[in-house]
Amino acid sequence: MQRISELHVNGSKLRIDADADRSLLSVLRDDLDLTGSKYGCGEGQCGACTVLIDGQATRSCVTKLGATAGKKVITIEGIEKNGRLHPLQEAFLEADALQCGYCTPGMIMSSVALLSKTPTPSDQEIVRSMEGNVCRCGTYPRIVTAIRKAAQSMKGGGR
Amino acid sequence: MKNGHIDDSIEIERYELFAEPTYHFNLELERRDFFKLLGGGLVLVFTLDALAQESGRQDGEAGRRGQGSSGPKEIGGWLHIAEDGSITAYTGKVEFGQNIRTSLSQVVAEELRVPIGSIRLTMGDTDLTPFDMGTFGSRTTPTMAPQLRKAAAAAREALIDLAAEQWKVDRAALVVNDGKVTNERAKQSIDFGKLTKGQKLLKVISDNTPTTPPDQWKITGKSVTKVDGRSFVTGKHRYTSDTKLPEMMFGRVVRPSAFNASVVSVDSSEAEAMPGVKVVRDGGFIGVAAPSAQAAARAASAIKAEWKTEPQPSGKELYDYLRKQAAESPRANVTGSLADGLNQATKKIEQTYTVSYIAHAPLETRAAVAEWNKGKLTVWVGTQRPFGVRGELAEAFRIPEDRIRVIVPDTGSGYGGKHTGDVAIEAARLAQAAGRPVKLLWTREEEFTWAYHRPGGVIDVSSGVRDDGTITAWEFHNYNSGSAGIQHRYDFPNQKIVFHQSKSPLRQGSYRGLAATANHFAREVHIDELAHTVKIDPLEFRLKNLKDERMKAVLNAAAKTFGWGKGKSTKNTGYGIAAGFEKGGYVAACAEVSVDRTTGKIQLVRVVEAFECGAVLNPDQLKNQIEGSIVMGIGGALFEAIDFDNGKILNPRFSRYRVPRFSDVPVIEAVLVDRKDLPSAGAGETPIVGLAPAVGNAIFDATGIRLRSLPMAPNGLKA
Repeated sequence: MQRISELHVNGSKLRIDADADRSLLSVLRDDLDLTGSKYGCGEGQCGACTVLIDGQATRSCVTKLGATAGKKVITIEGIEKNGRLHPLQEAFLEADALQCGYCTPGMIMSSVALLSKTPTPSDQEIVRSMEGNVCRCGTYPRIVTAIRKAAQSMKGGGR
Repeated sequence: MKNGHIDDSIEIERYELFAEPTYHFNLELERRDFFKLLGGGLVLVFTLDALAQESGRQDGEAGRRGQGSSGPKEIGGWLHIAEDGSITAYTGKVEFGQNIRTSLSQVVAEELRVPIGSIRLTMGDTDLTPFDMGTFGSRTTPTMAPQLRKAAAAAREALIDLAAEQWKVDRAALVVNDGKVTNERAKQSIDFGKLTKGQKLLKVISDNTPTTPPDQWKITGKSVTKVDGRSFVTGKHRYTSDTKLPEMMFGRVVRPSAFNASVVSVDSSEAEAMPGVKVVRDGGFIGVAAPSAQAAARAASAIKAEWKTEPQPSGKELYDYLRKQAAESPRANVTGSLADGLNQATKKIEQTYTVSYIAHAPLETRAAVAEWNKGKLTVWVGTQRPFGVRGELAEAFRIPEDRIRVIVPDTGSGYGGKHTGDVAIEAARLAQAAGRPVKLLWTREEEFTWAYHRPGGVIDVSSGVRDDGTITAWEFHNYNSGSAGIQHRYDFPNQKIVFHQSKSPLRQGSYRGLAATANHFAREVHIDELAHTVKIDPLEFRLKNLKDERMKAVLNAAAKTFGWGKGKSTKNTGYGIAAGFEKGGYVAACAEVSVDRTTGKIQLVRVVEAFECGAVLNPDQLKNQIEGSIVMGIGGALFEAIDFDNGKILNPRFSRYRVPRFSDVPVIEAVLVDRKDLPSAGAGETPIVGLAPAVGNAIFDATGIRLRSLPMAPNGLKA
C-alpha cells in the first residue's frame, strides 16, 4: 500500500503518515484533528464534508488521500484570516443561516467556491450550485440570503 | 414493556420509551475487572449489587419512564455567579438546533439585567445539570424558560438583599444593571461576583419572585442571533462525533443481516488476529474496537457471522398489516351521536389516508464516545434524553446511576430521533472490553436502518355535511401512526375519534410533531374534500365550523398575507389551505403549487404560514423554526418514504432516500401572531403539521387529483 507523508492544508505543508486510499475526510478529521469538515453520508451526497482542492469544491469523503498529491486543500478552518471571519462566515451569522450547524462548514465551503467563480450569482445559480448540500434543519432560504449578502459585501475585491 | 407508562399530562405516545432494552449483556469478564478496579472484596460486591438494584428500581426506571423530581428548589441548582462575575445557568435540556441555548440565555440575561453575552449555559450534563426528562414535546419554552426566568429573577433579588445588607441601606434604593447592584443616591455600586464571592446561592426560589412582565422585556421578545454562532461557522464547535480523547479507539458494530435476526455462528478469528483489534461478543452484540476507524471497519467486515432470520412484512402490505394487527377494544372519544349527525347530513364522504414510515436522517449520525475510569463511566453522546440514557446505561451495565455521567455536546440535530441510548451502550460496551475510550459513529446506512422511524399509519375518516357547510358528523380512526393531534379545534357536534394501537413491522418512535402530521393531513385534506363537495371556499368552510378565536386568527392572518382568493387557479397552478393546533401552538398554512403536466413534477411556489404560540421569545429564531419545519415537511409531504422488505431497509442512503434540497424550497413567509398576553408555547414541532395538507389541497385545486397518501408524489404526479 502506498503511503502519503505530506498534505498541503490551509497554507501549510503538514506531515502525515497515511495510506493513499484512505478518504481525505478521515485524514483531516482523525489524523490532523481538523474536525470542521463533517461526515454526513460517505457517498458524496450531502456536502457536509466539502473542502476546496485547488479552489474546487470537493467532497472529501469520496476523495482518496492519494488524489491530493501536489494539490492545495482548504478547509473551513482555513478561511478565517488573522482572526477576521470570511465574509461568508459573517453573512451566515448575520442571516442566522444555521440551526444545528452541522451542515454549515460544508455549506460555507461550497459557497466560497461558488463566489470565487461567480462573484454575483443569481438566486437560480445559487440554488443550482448548492443543490448537492443538504441542510436537514431546512435553513436553505437563509443560506441563499447569506450568499447574496456575502456576494454584495465582497464586491470591490474584499477577497 | 415494563412499567410502560408515561405521565399522560406530558406525552402520550413515545413508542421508543416502551421498547425493550436493545441489549442484554452478560458482562462476565469485564464485570470481574470492574470490581477489581474498585478494590474488590465480597462486601463491596454485595453493596454494589444492592445499589444497582435500588437504582434500577428507582432512578433507572424513573429515567425510562420520564418521571422525576421537578428539580432543585434553590437558586444555586440553576444558576451560579462566580467570583469574577461570570454567570452560568444549568439546564438538563439539550441544544439540537432549536436554538434554545440562545432563547434560554435571553431569559436569564433579562432577569439578571446583564448583556446576553455574559451568560454561559451548561446543558445536558447529568453530573452538572438538574434532572430533566428530555428535550421533546416542545417543552423547553413553556417549562424551562419560566424555570430559568424565575431562578434568575430570584438571584437578582438575592443580590439586592446581599448589597442592602452590606451597605445597610433600604433595598428599595438599589437597582440592578450591567452585572452590578447600584445605589444611585450614594453613587455606590458592587459587582455580582463581589457579592456572591462565588458561593452557591442557597435561597429557595419562591413562586412569588417578581419576573419581568412581557411588556417590559428588553432582551426576550427580541431577535438575538445564535449565541455561539461563531464556533459553528468556523468549524470549531466540537460535536460528539468530533470528540477526541487520549488513547481513544474507534468502534464498529457488526449488524445482523435483518431485523429480529439471531446469531447462529460467528468466526472472528481473522479480525482477532489484526493488530490492536479487540473483538467483543456478548449475547446478540458483536462489535470491534480498533486503533483507527479504517481498522475498525476492516475488522468488522472480516467477521463472518451467520444469522437466522424470520419472514417479515414488506412495505407493500403495510397498511393491511397495520389494520389486521390492531389492538382490540381501543378507547374511543365520543361526542353527541354519529347516527344523528349522519341523518342531518345531506352529503356523506368516506375516505382512507395513509402515511409512510420516514427517517429523521439527522445530518450528524448517532455518535458516542465512552470512557471507563476507575469503575465510573462517562459517555459523550448526542441524545435528546441525557438522564434517560444514563438510566439505560445503568440497566445495561447493571451499575448505579451515580457511577455514570452522560454529557451531550450541542448536537447535529435529532427531530425526535435521538431519544434512545443504543449508540451510547454500544460504545460503552466496546470501551469496557478494550479498556480504553472508544468512539462510535454510526454510518449513514446504520442510521437509516438501526435507528427508529416515524410510524407509518392508516386513517379512515367518514363524515357528513349539510349544504350550508355545517359538518354534522365526524368519525376518525387512526391505525398505528399515533394519537398526537387527533383531537382538533373544530365544532363537530357528533363525533367519534379512535386511535388503534398496532404492531409495527419496523422499529418506530417519535418524530417532530409525532402523529400530528398524519392526523392533520387526514383531517385537513378531508375537510377540503367536504368543502369542495358543498362548493364552499375552503377558508370560509373552515371558519364556519370553528369557534376557537385563536385558530380563526391564524387562518385569517395566513390568508391575508397570502392573498387567499385573489390568485386564479389554472390547470397548472393551484392554491391550498390547512390549519391546526398542537402542543399549545396554532398554525395555518397557505400553499401555491405548480404542476408540470408533461414531466409530472410538482413544485412548491409559495408557502405562507401563520403561527401563534403565545408571547414570542425570539422572533427571528421562531421564524427560523417555522421555515425549517416547512422545508422538512416538504420531504414527508411529497417524496420521503422508507422502503422495506423482509426485515431490511431497501433505501438506506441519501442517494436512494430523497430529502428536501435547495431547489425544492418555495418562497416562504412566516407570519408571527405574537400574543404577549399568553404564556409562551414551544415552536419546534407544530409548524410542520399544516404543510402537507395545504400542499395536497393545492395540488387538487390545480389538477382535480386528490392525493391521500404521504408521500403524495414520490415520482411526480402520474396524471
